[in-house]
Amino acid sequence: MKGRYGIHGGQYIPETLMNEIIHLEEAYEFYKKDPDFNRELDDLLKNYAGRPSLLYYAEKMTKDLGGAKIYLKREDLNHTGSHKINNVLGQVLMAKKMGKTRVIAETGAGQHGVATATAAALLGMECEIFMGKMDTDRQALNVYRMELLGAKVHPVTTGTMTLKDAVNETMREWTNRVSDTHYVLGSVMGPHPFPMIVRDFQSIISKEAREQILLKEGKLPDVVMACVGGGSNAMGMFYNFIPDESVKLIGCEAAGKGVDTKENAATIANGSLGVFHGMKSYFCQDEYGQIAPVYSISAGLDYPGIGPEHANLHDTGRAQYVPVTDEEAVNAFEYIARTEGIICAIESAHAVAHAMKIAPTMRKDQIIIICLSGRGDKDVAAIARYRGVDIHD
Amino acid sequence: MTKNRIASAFLNKKAFIPFLTGGDGGIEKTEEYIDAMIQGGADLIEIGIPFSDPIAEGPVIQAADLRALEAGTTTDQLFDMVTRIRKKTQIPLVFMTYLNPVFHYGYEKFFLRCEEAGIDGVIIPDLPYEEKEEVRQIAEPHQVSVISLIAPTSEQRIAQIAEEADGFLYVVSSLGVTGMRGEITTDLDSILAVAKENASVPAAVGFGIHTPEQAAKISKTADGVIVGSAIVKIIEEHGKDAASYIYEYVKSMKDAITAS
Repeated sequence: MKGRYGIHGGQYIPETLMNEIIHLEEAYEFYKKDPDFNRELDDLLKNYAGRPSLLYYAEKMTKDLGGAKIYLKREDLNHTGSHKINNVLGQVLMAKKMGKTRVIAETGAGQHGVATATAAALLGMECEIFMGKMDTDRQALNVYRMELLGAKVHPVTTGTMTLKDAVNETMREWTNRVSDTHYVLGSVMGPHPFPMIVRDFQSIISKEAREQILLKEGKLPDVVMACVGGGSNAMGMFYNFIPDESVKLIGCEAAGKGVDTKENAATIANGSLGVFHGMKSYFCQDEYGQIAPVYSISAGLDYPGIGPEHANLHDTGRAQYVPVTDEEAVNAFEYIARTEGIICAIESAHAVAHAMKIAPTMRKDQIIIICLSGRGDKDVAAIARYRGVDIHD
Repeated sequence: MTKNRIASAFLNKKAFIPFLTGGDGGIEKTEEYIDAMIQGGADLIEIGIPFSDPIAEGPVIQAADLRALEAGTTTDQLFDMVTRIRKKTQIPLVFMTYLNPVFHYGYEKFFLRCEEAGIDGVIIPDLPYEEKEEVRQIAEPHQVSVISLIAPTSEQRIAQIAEEADGFLYVVSSLGVTGMRGEITTDLDSILAVAKENASVPAAVGFGIHTPEQAAKISKTADGVIVGSAIVKIIEEHGKDAASYIYEYVKSMKDAITAS
C-alpha cells in the first residue's frame, strides 16, 4: 500500500494539507528521475556540503575497547555540522523548482534548523524555523546561528516546548500558508511522502559507507549503528545495508534518566502503536492515547515517536533498537573526545555509548560502523552544566 | 448512510452547532454548559475529547484542551457524561477529537461505547479521505457517522469527499487552525455549490466564525454554522459562571441564522 511500511506510515493529516502532499509526491517522483535536478543536487552535495563524508578508522578507540574494529561515518564533517544538510539541500532545491518562495521547518537541537536556514540562504528562499522554548534556551547558540543565516526563529511555548511541539506548530503554520510554502520536514517521519523523501536523501550515507568499507576492508561490516530520535541519520545509515542480511542494524534510542523512569524518550522500549504527526507508528503515550511528555539530555532525540520505516524494521526484526541513558551518552561524549579527538553531537554519542558496550564482546576481525551524525560544539555548554561546571558564554 | 439523530439537526432549518472542549472547567460544568447550549437553541453539539497535541487548533482551543487534561478529563468520563445527557435529550451529539485517542482506545470499543452512550458522529481533523475507511467500517455498524471535512484547498477533492460524506459535511471556512477571524475571505459559495451538488447530506461551515453577522451571512448558503473558539473563550473568561453567557451567545447566534 502506498506510503506504508508494514502496518505503519500513512497520511493522517488535515484535509487542508492533502492536495499539497499529493502535489509534493508527484513533484518528488518527477525530480528524483530528472537529470538536471540530480546534477544540481550532486554538485551541491560535493562542492557545498563537502561530500562524500569520511569513513574514519577509529584505531585508538578500537584498541582501547579491545574488540571489533570501529569505523566512524563522519557526518559531523559536513557543512553545517550534521547529516541534516543531505536532506535539506534535496528538499529546498526541489521546493524552489516547485515554485515555492518560502520554507518552514521544525528543529529540536537546532541542527535541522541551521541546515534549513543555510540552504534557504544559499538558494534565496524566505525561511522560518519553529523551535521549542526549552530548546531555544538549551541550544541558544544555534538560535543565533539561524538568525545570522537570515531565518526567523519562533520559540514554541505550547505543550512541553520541545521537538514535538515544534512539529505541531510548523504543521499549523503550513495549514495557514501553504501555497508558497514548503515544509522541510527534518526526519523520516510525518505523512507520506516525507518518510520516503527524507530516507532517499539521507540514504547517501549508507551508499557511501558501503562502498567505502568494501574498498577499505574488502567486506561488509558486522554491525551498523546510529542514534534514533525520529530516525533520519539511522535510516540513512541503514538503508543500503538492509538487503545485506549479515549486517546487523542497531538504532540507539534516548533513555534519558533510564527506561524505567518517567524521564526518557525510548519509543521502541516504552511506546505503543498510535497515530500522530501524520503517521501510524510507535509513540510514547498514556492509556488514553495522550502523547507523553518525553525527556532526553539530547534535544535532537527528545521526541515521543519514531519514523514508520523504523517501526517496521523493528516489527520484522531486521533492526534492533536499544536504549541508552543520558549518563552513558555523556560518558561516551567525553570518551570519544579524549580518545579520538572528536567532539561529537550528544545525539551521536548515544550510538558511541552502545558501541562501547558491544565492541569488547566482538572479535577483532569484526567491524562496526557508527554514524557520527553531528558535531558537538552546540552541546559543550550543556555537558558542562551536566557535570556541574559553570562556564560563561 | 448511517441512521442516527444527525439529520434532525438540519430538518427544515439552518443548524447552529456549538462546540466545547469536554472537561474544560470540569465534567460537571461541561454538562451544565451543554444544557445552556440546548436552552439557547443549539441544534447539534460538538463535544471535544481533549488531546495533548491538537494540531488543527488555534491557541484558544489548545489552551482548553490543556485545562481539561490538567483537570484529569478522560475519554471514559466523557462517555459517562454523554450517557447522562442522553437520558435528558435527543439532540444530536458528536465527538470532535484526534485520531490517536480513538485509535488507542480501540476502534471497536470506542464506537461500541459511542453507540451505547448515544454519540451520533465523530469529527477527526487528522483523518483525511484517504485514511477514513479504517475508521468508517467500524463506526458504521454502531450507527456513528464519521464526518468528512472539506478545506479551502480541497479543489478537485470536494466532489469525491462530498459523495461519500455521512452525517453532515464540515466545510472549513479558512486556511490555518481554529480561531476567531475578523473576516472570512474564502469563496465559500462556490465550495458549497460543488459540495451540495455531490453530497446527500447537509453542509455546515466552521472555523473562524464568531459574530451573529458572520453566521447570518454564511447560513444563507450553508445548511449550518459551527462555532468553537468563541464559546471556549467565554468559558475561559467567565469560568464557573459561564453558563448564562453561553446561553445568551448561543441564542444570539441561533436567532441570527434563523432570521437570515
